[in-house]
Amino acid sequence: MSVQTMESQETADAALQETADASWVARQRSEAFERYLMPVIGTVLLVVVWWLIIVAFKVPPYIAPSPVAVAVTFANKFQLLFSNLVPTALEALGGFLIGNVLAVATATVFVHSRRIERIVYPVAVLLNSIPIVAKVPILILLLGNGMEPKIAIAALIVYFPTLVNMVRGLQAVSPQSMELMHILSATKAEVFWRLRLQTSLPYLFSALKIAASTATLGAIVGEWIGSQVGIGALIIQATYNFDSELLYATVLMGAFFSLAFFLVILGAERAFVRWQPESR
Amino acid sequence: MNATPLLALDATGVSVRFNGAGKGVTALSNVSFTLEQGGFLTLLGPSGCGKSTLLRVIADITKPTSGAILVLGKTPDEARRNREIGFVFQESALLPWCNVIDNVRLPLAVGGKHKKAANQGPSAEELLALVGLAGWEKSFPHELSGGMRQRVAIARALLGGPKLLLMDEPFGALDEITRDRLNEEMLRIWRETGTTVVFVTHSIYEAAFLGQQVMMLAARPGRVREIIQIDLPEPRKLALRETADFTKMAGYLRTVLETC
Repeated sequence: MSVQTMESQETADAALQETADASWVARQRSEAFERYLMPVIGTVLLVVVWWLIIVAFKVPPYIAPSPVAVAVTFANKFQLLFSNLVPTALEALGGFLIGNVLAVATATVFVHSRRIERIVYPVAVLLNSIPIVAKVPILILLLGNGMEPKIAIAALIVYFPTLVNMVRGLQAVSPQSMELMHILSATKAEVFWRLRLQTSLPYLFSALKIAASTATLGAIVGEWIGSQVGIGALIIQATYNFDSELLYATVLMGAFFSLAFFLVILGAERAFVRWQPESR
Repeated sequence: MNATPLLALDATGVSVRFNGAGKGVTALSNVSFTLEQGGFLTLLGPSGCGKSTLLRVIADITKPTSGAILVLGKTPDEARRNREIGFVFQESALLPWCNVIDNVRLPLAVGGKHKKAANQGPSAEELLALVGLAGWEKSFPHELSGGMRQRVAIARALLGGPKLLLMDEPFGALDEITRDRLNEEMLRIWRETGTTVVFVTHSIYEAAFLGQQVMMLAARPGRVREIIQIDLPEPRKLALRETADFTKMAGYLRTVLETC
C-alpha cells in the first residue's frame, strides 16, 4: 500500500468514524425523545379518555368530575390544598427517616449477629403481616391524635422492605472481596464501612424508592381517622361532602408530592451510586 | 549469623480436610515442600487437586487440619499481619466504586494497625507504571478490560512490597492473546520486584513458561506428585514457547499430569 492510499484510507476511516459518531448522537437523541415524550403521551391520553367518558356518558359531577373542573379547583383551592399537604409531607418525611434509619440499623445488627437475626426477624415479619389499616387505630390509641401516630405508621410501612433489602445488600459482598479484606487484616468496622455499606447502596436505594411512595401512603391513611388537617383528612371531608372536584384535586396534590419525593430519591441514587453502570 | 537464607515457604505434612456432607473431603494430604526466596513456583494439577487450597493455607485464609507451614520463617497468620503476602484472585475483586489509584491504595486504607506496613516499597503510582497502567489512575474498574483489571489487582497486591506474591489462576478468565501478553509481563514484574511468586494455573504452557519450578499435584486426595525444575534460557520471551526445549518440557509435564 502506498503512502497516499494509506492516507486516503485514514481519511476515509475518520469520515466513517464521524458518521458513526453522528448517527450515535442522533440515536441517543431519539432515545431521549422516546424516553421522555412517551410518558407524556401516555398521561395526556389518560386525561383525554377520562374527559371523553365524562362528556359522552354525561357523568354528574358528584360521581366524577371532568379533568377541566379538577384543574380549575386545583388552581382555585391551591392555598387550602397546600396548607393540608404540609402536615402530610412532614409526617411522610419523618416516618421515612425514622423507619429507614431503624431498618438500616437493624440490618447492620443482623449481619453481625445471626442469633439476634433469628430472634428479631420473625417478630418483624409478624408485625409486618398486620394490615396497615389495622395498625392505624392501635397507634392512635397509643400515641394520641397529633402527628406522632401518622409518623409511626409511615415509619412502620417503610421499615420492613428496607430491612429485607438492606440485609440482602450487606450480604451481597463477593467471597473474594472478603478474602481480600482478610489478607489485608481488615477489622470488622473497616469491612463494614469500606465494603458492605458500599455494596448495599444499590439495594438500599431500590428500597428507598419504594419507601418514598409508601411513606406518603402511610401518612395519608393515618389521617383518615379523627384528623382535622392533612391530605388524608381532606380526602375524607371531600368524600362526605360529595365534593368530587376537591377530592380529585386533593388526590392529585398527594400524588404530586409522592412523585416529587420519588424523584428526589432517584436523583440521590444517581449521585451516590455512579459506579454501577446498570443503574444508569 | 544465619548461614542458610530464610526459606520463603517450608511446609511439613500439611493436610486439609473439609467436613462437608457425608464423609467430608480431604483437599490436601501430607504436603511437604520448601521454596527458596526469589523463586517462581507454579502449582499445576487436575481440578480437585487442592492447588487453590494450598495457596489459601499459605495466605492464612484456610487453616491446615494438621501439619504446619512456615512463611518466611513465621506462621501464615504472622506473615499476613506483617503484610508480607500479596494475593491476586481469578476475578480482580476491585472495588467498583473506587478509581484505579484508590483500588491500588486499598492496603493503605484498611488493616487497622497493620496498614502502616503498606507504606514500605514502591508507591501506588510507581506500581501502576510497573504494570503498564500509568495514566489510568482516575479510571473506574468498569471502564477497564479484564486484562487491565488484573493488572490493577497485581499492582494492589504489590503495594507495601510483599516478599511473597500468591496468584490464584489470575489470567484464567482472560482471552489467550491477553493472557500471553500478561504472562510475559508477569516475568518482567517478577524480575523487577524480586518477590517470590506462587502461581496456580491449570495450563501446562503457563506453568512451564512462568515457573522456575512446577509443583505437580495429584487429586483425591490432593498431594504432591513431583516438583519439576524448569531449566529454560532466561529472560524468557513468548518466542521461547516455539522452541524444541519448551515443547519437550511441556510434553513431560503432560505425561506427569496424566498420571495424576
